[in-house]
Amino acid sequence: MRPGTFEYHRPGSVDEAVEMLGTLENARPLAGGQSLVPMMNFRYGQFDHLVDLNRIPDLSGVTLEPHTVRIGAMTRQVAMQEHSDLATRMPVVISALSNIGHIATRNRGTIGGSLSHLDPAAELLAMTALHDGVMTIHSRDGERRVGIEDYVQGYMTPAMQEGELLTAVEWSCWDGPHGWAFQEFARRHGDFAIAGVAALMGFDPAGRISRVALTVFGLGPAPVRLRAAESMMKEELPDAALFDSVAEDAAMIEAMDDALVTGKYRRRLAPVLTRRVLDQAADQAGRAGHERS
Amino acid sequence: MGAKYFGARVERREDEPLLRGQGRFTDDIVLPDTLTAVFVRSEWAHAKIESIDIDAACNMPGVHSIWRPEDLPDCLRGRQTPIQVPNAAIRQPHNFSVLAMGETTCVGEPLAVVLADSRALGEDAAQMVFVDATPLSVAADLATSIEPGSPLMFSGLTDNIAADVTLEYGDDTEPFANAAVVVEESFHQHRGCCQAMEGRAVLAQHDRDSDQLTVWSASQTPHMVKNILVEMLHHDDAMLRVIAPDVGGGFGPKGMVYPEEILCAALAREIGRPVRWTEDRREHFLATTQERDQIWTMRVAADDNGRLIAVDGDLIHDTGNAAPWGIILPYIAATTVPGPYVIPNYRLRLRSVFTNKPPTTPLRGAGRPQAVFAMERMMDRLAARLNLDPAEVRRRNFVQPEQMPYAMGLIYRDGAPLTYDSGDYPECQRLALEKAGWTDFSARQAEALASGRYIGIGLANYVEGTGLGPYEGSKARVMADGRIEIASGAAPQGQGHKTILAQIAADAFGAPMEDIEVKVADTAAMTIGIGTFASRITVNAGSSTHNAAMALRAKVLKFASLVLEAPEEELEIADRAVKAHGTNRTVTLGELRRFANGMPGFTMPEGVEPGLETADWFSPRQATYCNGSHIAEVEVDIATGAVEILRYIVAHDAGRLVNPMAVDGQIQGGVAHGIGNALFEYMLYDDAAQPVTTTLADYLLPMAPDVPDVEIVHMETPTPLNPLGVKGAGEGGTIPAAACIIAAIENALAPLGVSVSECPISPQRLVELMDAADSAKGAA
Amino acid sequence: MKEVEITVSVNGGSHTETVEPRLSLAEFLRRTLGQTGTHVGCEHGVCGACTVVVDGRSIRSCLMFAIQTDGSEVTTVEGLAQSDAELGPLQAAFRRCHGLQCGFCTPGMLMTLTDFLSRNPDPTREEIRIALTANACRCTGYKGIVDAAMEAAAEMRGKSDGR
Repeated sequence: MRPGTFEYHRPGSVDEAVEMLGTLENARPLAGGQSLVPMMNFRYGQFDHLVDLNRIPDLSGVTLEPHTVRIGAMTRQVAMQEHSDLATRMPVVISALSNIGHIATRNRGTIGGSLSHLDPAAELLAMTALHDGVMTIHSRDGERRVGIEDYVQGYMTPAMQEGELLTAVEWSCWDGPHGWAFQEFARRHGDFAIAGVAALMGFDPAGRISRVALTVFGLGPAPVRLRAAESMMKEELPDAALFDSVAEDAAMIEAMDDALVTGKYRRRLAPVLTRRVLDQAADQAGRAGHERS
Repeated sequence: MGAKYFGARVERREDEPLLRGQGRFTDDIVLPDTLTAVFVRSEWAHAKIESIDIDAACNMPGVHSIWRPEDLPDCLRGRQTPIQVPNAAIRQPHNFSVLAMGETTCVGEPLAVVLADSRALGEDAAQMVFVDATPLSVAADLATSIEPGSPLMFSGLTDNIAADVTLEYGDDTEPFANAAVVVEESFHQHRGCCQAMEGRAVLAQHDRDSDQLTVWSASQTPHMVKNILVEMLHHDDAMLRVIAPDVGGGFGPKGMVYPEEILCAALAREIGRPVRWTEDRREHFLATTQERDQIWTMRVAADDNGRLIAVDGDLIHDTGNAAPWGIILPYIAATTVPGPYVIPNYRLRLRSVFTNKPPTTPLRGAGRPQAVFAMERMMDRLAARLNLDPAEVRRRNFVQPEQMPYAMGLIYRDGAPLTYDSGDYPECQRLALEKAGWTDFSARQAEALASGRYIGIGLANYVEGTGLGPYEGSKARVMADGRIEIASGAAPQGQGHKTILAQIAADAFGAPMEDIEVKVADTAAMTIGIGTFASRITVNAGSSTHNAAMALRAKVLKFASLVLEAPEEELEIADRAVKAHGTNRTVTLGELRRFANGMPGFTMPEGVEPGLETADWFSPRQATYCNGSHIAEVEVDIATGAVEILRYIVAHDAGRLVNPMAVDGQIQGGVAHGIGNALFEYMLYDDAAQPVTTTLADYLLPMAPDVPDVEIVHMETPTPLNPLGVKGAGEGGTIPAAACIIAAIENALAPLGVSVSECPISPQRLVELMDAADSAKGAA
Repeated sequence: MKEVEITVSVNGGSHTETVEPRLSLAEFLRRTLGQTGTHVGCEHGVCGACTVVVDGRSIRSCLMFAIQTDGSEVTTVEGLAQSDAELGPLQAAFRRCHGLQCGFCTPGMLMTLTDFLSRNPDPTREEIRIALTANACRCTGYKGIVDAAMEAAAEMRGKSDGR
């Protein structure tokens, strides 16, 4: 399975890259290649030009600000895993990353590639939703920013035009101690998630939930923030009844069928994983004293 | 000569080059001026080919030529490939042609072939070959394809039934009539693939001056490839050599002879340049033979002590769009069902049915996993009905060791009664149960259930005919430097035959292993042979190597006795020489070889042929039956349907073991394959027989976290059927695995009333079954 | 289609070749350089047979174009042995522990483990299994490979402790 022929371009800067993507016909950016190259090998996608982003230094890097983290699109998943500050500030991300593919996949795969390819099962897409991510998109016309709520237009279709390039994503970090949890269900370790849930949970001194972020992913084209449930949980005690009713919300999310997995099964997993994640996040925050089933 | 190496965990001589990346797989072999073949493959499950337009493709860069059916050399035009394992019961002996002739009957079938300078250029051109085809109705579903009036797989058939055979024995005309217990069930065992890590590959070269045609093929059966090529290409068999170099896994499907092999050989000869084809993974999904789709309907009658009275089964087997190995798969299944049990009355009707999917042929276990699944699940049903421990109901039905050799009731194809030669089935099961802590399990299960965990245990037994004939030969000779060379018809794909045969030869001849050289898988080294499949080589090639090496030793001693003027009893072989005891008279093996090759003036000793070379053809009278008992312990997450295998125990009897390390490896690897059969490997087709799972991301192979360390207990009941007492060991790991894993899942879900009669089973499917059981309860 | 000149270091030896962009790193190693130890199993990044180490990281060479490795350092299975006479500790452990049967997946396994063990010198069996999800084996059932990795890790730890 060899790909069709293409011209290879190696820009050294973002400006060069978007110039190429904006002018060349049937051009595609090459990031980690872990999703693009299999498609090309199968000839599911045939491109006349590949614009290799791997030698643009400005495109990678993790920058930690007081309340946000900014990650260059070409930052490798392994680099994120090995970033000690990121591990301290955002342990849920490290947990999510360990579920992405395999060592060899993470050694090349990038966050920008993952967010541009936009597979519904992408863990980094779930993290972006969990952390109210904002995407920076460059083109020959300049730069624009798109929030995660507007970023997913459809199944594997980001809100980007021909010639546009995702260059960075910003996530809002949670300050102070908080609970977190990430769980996904896949057939084998490293396989695409059939469904997954991630949560961040903060508590006030009285042990009531002060804030919570809850994302379910893999069910549909975009990850779903359960905002109604999040509001409902505020100022409540983290008990079984509360978590059960949140899980019921998760069971209502629309889920897609594909050739191998039914939407029904995904919808079955969502509340199970939600329940487990909520428990785990609360435990993680040291709030294990309350009654939980 | 002693048994220094037999039974030892000798490290393998195959390993070093492979570890250094110096293996020589077919695609690694480089010949100058080689063209790469790229096949244009059918996109239709069933269609009439109207035309193949190659005009645009012909002119593309790097294209040498493009061959459609009408362009083929005369010898191949319009010809069907012979069925390699014929059987009179096959009503419609349909097999493939090298290129589909006017009608394609499977997605992936070769329609035309491009020869180009590289794979990539060939694919560019193949993309530009336009096939005009009219879709025909598709025989997609096994159950409906059997019905009269259903779409025909191929327009030349009268119906889709390739064969309809009933095997039976027993004196009772109505064994079910008054039985105390009758249990009945249907099972669906779904299609699965080979997925050796190396795909198929072939490289063919023809020398115009000498007419020598050399074919390297990633094959388990180079001699069978040669036989087919001689027949189809009308090539002088003395000038045709087939070599299987290093082969990256076979498991059965690499034992077929395929269109791609035949075509590359024919075209290499036709155009005078080497031609290669290396299968890619997508092609492997489409065009390498597979296994199963089988629908089993079983009825079992027993008395109220659980003693079997009768087994009556109906097997509908999907043979796909061809029958290259006839009906061997369902036939083996039919003879395997009875297993280690005494069954007074037995009937199995098998129907082999054509569908528009790839052909099914033996794949690790060769129909036995399916037979064992059906029978062992029925034993569990019987146990449940009678409220007996599943191990107990089996115990009550075992063939006892005193009954060996045991004619189990069926008459084999060759007219001889199918006879288990040796084995102690009760003891084997006992060992497995002991290792697994079977009797303690219910307490552990209850404890787990109390804390909301669902664990289960399952048991399955099997008896496997190994060492399939008709023969395998070995030659032994003394080389000029005094080392010994063994040549054999074995064609390994990872089994370690070179090491095993060296162990056997070293012991039989009386030389250190380092002095034994082993050649395999080359029709020039052994002119006739069968190959490596069906767990047959240790028995057949092992025995012939043993015999040939013993005979060589005898010859050496006879000649040395003359040369050293000493009686044979006073001679010893050591350090590549023969010494006469108590003297300083010695002759090297190299010198002896020159002597034996003949020197003027010397008279040959009586009754001895010249040369230090021997050959032996071991031809087994019948199969030798190995057996095993497997136990799986699983945990099911009832919320998601996820299954984890907590423990896997194997008690295994393959007679005497030449290399226990290699046997353990075969068992561990076989169990992994069985786990795939039970939980992961679902080759999905849609309603139009279009393959859906065509990548390794969709078709799931068990990976390292999915396969536990198998706990193995060995028994050795030597067979009297060969000089070594050995039996085959390559497939036993797989054969009962799906049965015991599914049994364990059912056992775990017993509180929920779930019954599982299919495999493989996915978490999603388990949830469906749990929901259905729940509704049934609610409705009740 | 334009061919491009690249210079790649492979197992310590520098190679300058002209390649077309679509040539994969796997094909470059196998065909252009004649180093056939790296095997091609699936060409869609799942089986791991093609795993090599590029600039210190294990990667799937079927998913990388040779042209991308211009200026890089590549290590393949051919670069693992100590010498013609002596295998590396991981290779030797594979032989002792029966970690290979047909040998086709083995180079990929060795390269994944080389990367993994260099960063995880004291792993558990479970951690090794998870690392090995990058590589499929159809022959061994993985136990021998995990055994070999544990033994090799212990040996390499012993050596680095100065024993």
